[in-house]
Amino acid sequence: MSTSTLNNSSAESFTQAIDHFRELYGNHLPAQKSLQIDAAAVFSQLGIPTTKHEEWKYTSLAVIAKNTYRTVNPSDNCSLSKSNVTSLALTNDTLLYVIENGKFNASASNANALPKGITVGSLAELAGDARVQAHLMKHADFSDESLVALNTALTFDGIVIIAEAKTECATPIQIAVVNNTAGEALNIPVRILLIAEKNAIVNVTETHHSFGSKSPVLVNVVSEVVIAEQARVNYIKLQDEDQNTCHVNYHKVNMARDSYQHISTLTWGGGLVRNNLNIRLDDVNCTSYLNGLTIAKDYQVIDHHTVVDHAMPNCYSNELYKGIIDGHAQGVFNGKIFVRKDAQKTNAFQSNKNVLLSDDASMNAKPQLEIFADDVKCSHGATTGQIDEEALFYLRARGIGEVAARALLNHAFAADVIEQIPEENLKSALLDRLTARLNA
Amino acid sequence: MLSIKDLVASVEEKQILKGLNFEVKPGEVHAIMGPNGSGKSTLASVLAGREEYEVNSGSVTFNGEDLLEMSPEDRARAGIFLAFQYPVEIPGVSNANFLKTAVNEVRKSKGLEPLDSKQFLKVMQEKMKLVEMDKTMTQRSVNEGFSGGEKKRNEIFQMAMLEPSLAILDETDSGLDIDALRIVSNGVNALRDGKRSFIVITHYQRLLDYIVPDHVHVLYKGRIVKSGPKELALELEEKGYDWIKEEVDSSVNA
Repeated sequence: MSTSTLNNSSAESFTQAIDHFRELYGNHLPAQKSLQIDAAAVFSQLGIPTTKHEEWKYTSLAVIAKNTYRTVNPSDNCSLSKSNVTSLALTNDTLLYVIENGKFNASASNANALPKGITVGSLAELAGDARVQAHLMKHADFSDESLVALNTALTFDGIVIIAEAKTECATPIQIAVVNNTAGEALNIPVRILLIAEKNAIVNVTETHHSFGSKSPVLVNVVSEVVIAEQARVNYIKLQDEDQNTCHVNYHKVNMARDSYQHISTLTWGGGLVRNNLNIRLDDVNCTSYLNGLTIAKDYQVIDHHTVVDHAMPNCYSNELYKGIIDGHAQGVFNGKIFVRKDAQKTNAFQSNKNVLLSDDASMNAKPQLEIFADDVKCSHGATTGQIDEEALFYLRARGIGEVAARALLNHAFAADVIEQIPEENLKSALLDRLTARLNA
Repeated sequence: MLSIKDLVASVEEKQILKGLNFEVKPGEVHAIMGPNGSGKSTLASVLAGREEYEVNSGSVTFNGEDLLEMSPEDRARAGIFLAFQYPVEIPGVSNANFLKTAVNEVRKSKGLEPLDSKQFLKVMQEKMKLVEMDKTMTQRSVNEGFSGGEKKRNEIFQMAMLEPSLAILDETDSGLDIDALRIVSNGVNALRDGKRSFIVITHYQRLLDYIVPDHVHVLYKGRIVKSGPKELALELEEKGYDWIKEEVDSSVNA
């Protein structure tokens, strides 16, 4: 795969930051040291992708070159306390953990009442744990993903969640990822590792927020989710940052036999957001749901790239992505499904539906199916249109004002994605936040 | 209540209504009949405020106000209800939520307090009986997956909830079997209270066996060309529209 750099100064400045970081903190994660050195070399070779790169055709990272970021490091202190973050909790019973500028903030987290068999903690502290060593930086392949390489090279902390075999954590675990700036532009690597061991059941919500001076931020998130046999993971990403944020997010899921995962990516904040979801159904009888929602206005650019990789027989995947694009905003959906030669009896479905609310809004949708097996059931579809004028008139003819009628239709369109979330409390909390976002 | 004078209206540059005059008083039920393409549905659309219909000249007043200046929602709030010929499916909006929003918007425009959930439920349960509607229909998305009959019952149910002073039924009988026709008609008749007025637009006389009108009008080529008592409908059923067409066309040619 070919890449070309944005311009020498920009890519080089990150390479310099990596060199500087390695010099000062090269032994911070001893168990991952050699991987981080490899990642640094890969990044300096790949640089930052431009729109000439096939996977970045519609989303330009040129904004990154406009800012001079300081890369956060282990010497930065956290300043948020519990009282600053209580409003971020999606539900009353949520177990809230805070990552502030890439660093695990234990004092702002609410670590009470973790069920037995569930470990949640700072990645820096747990990086030496044998279970973490077995998986950390082993799943999110950086060999041709320069931003994953950048994250891997600069990672010094983050969060680790381990659900031991047969444990069930019904209470949602929420990771609040906060970008907290004080007047300077920051480059923030965020690292998440979730291990669900055999038969474990866990609910994780990753939420993203902006605090402080709202200076430009490049937040670069890499999550690795390892799902063992018969384990079940419900995962939600809510991206609600301010428009000075450039957010790139790589989420890799590796599924063992008979496992289940359900992920919803809800994006309505951020200036530029790029999500890469990469789900590998690595053994038989896996079930995977991927849902996503874009709500964009002003000059926001929101890009969802998904890869569902069916490697083995008898698996099921279902994908629903929707977008409401207003103002001058741009949406991108690129959904790839691979069905490998051995993946007979695969059922894989994908649907992408978008509504453009203004003449200047745009949407690029690209569904891709690559099927190498011959006994499979697959479908995909993408539609982009305007608000349904007939439905709008129908509502108005019943006395509902035009503004309220539009809001009702947009809410119904978007709520469809959130309605798929299995956990009732989270679903209703997110529907409330959706209403607030649509009325903003 | 409703007064239409010399109404000329067109859609996509094509003139459909060509000088229509029509008067409705409180409590009256008017049937408007006519052959296909005569302008029946255009009249309904113009009264409800569909934007793609352009009024070229003439006037429509409703309770003394210029109806043509009003937005569709203001017309509804003022008491006009259109039962759609083709009710629209709205996925993701439950019938109950939709109606609660509508009822409370109409109440707000009249300076009334909104109904709370409990009050709303009570009214809804009462009105559901009028059209023999079961509870699951209120929880489903508006008209989504409804049969033709269910959609028309839902229109009458909405009418019962919104309590308009003038209801326009646009070919409500089309696509209904005899049982659905009976249910829909019973619902309409239950809402006849001597003050509420109805304009029943239909192609066939059959509906008028159930909803008996005070006046019957024949619309042809964008004008009302004949008016009479309810017996006129029977005459049309028996003789068709050709004799009226001939009458009109020969007088125009003469």
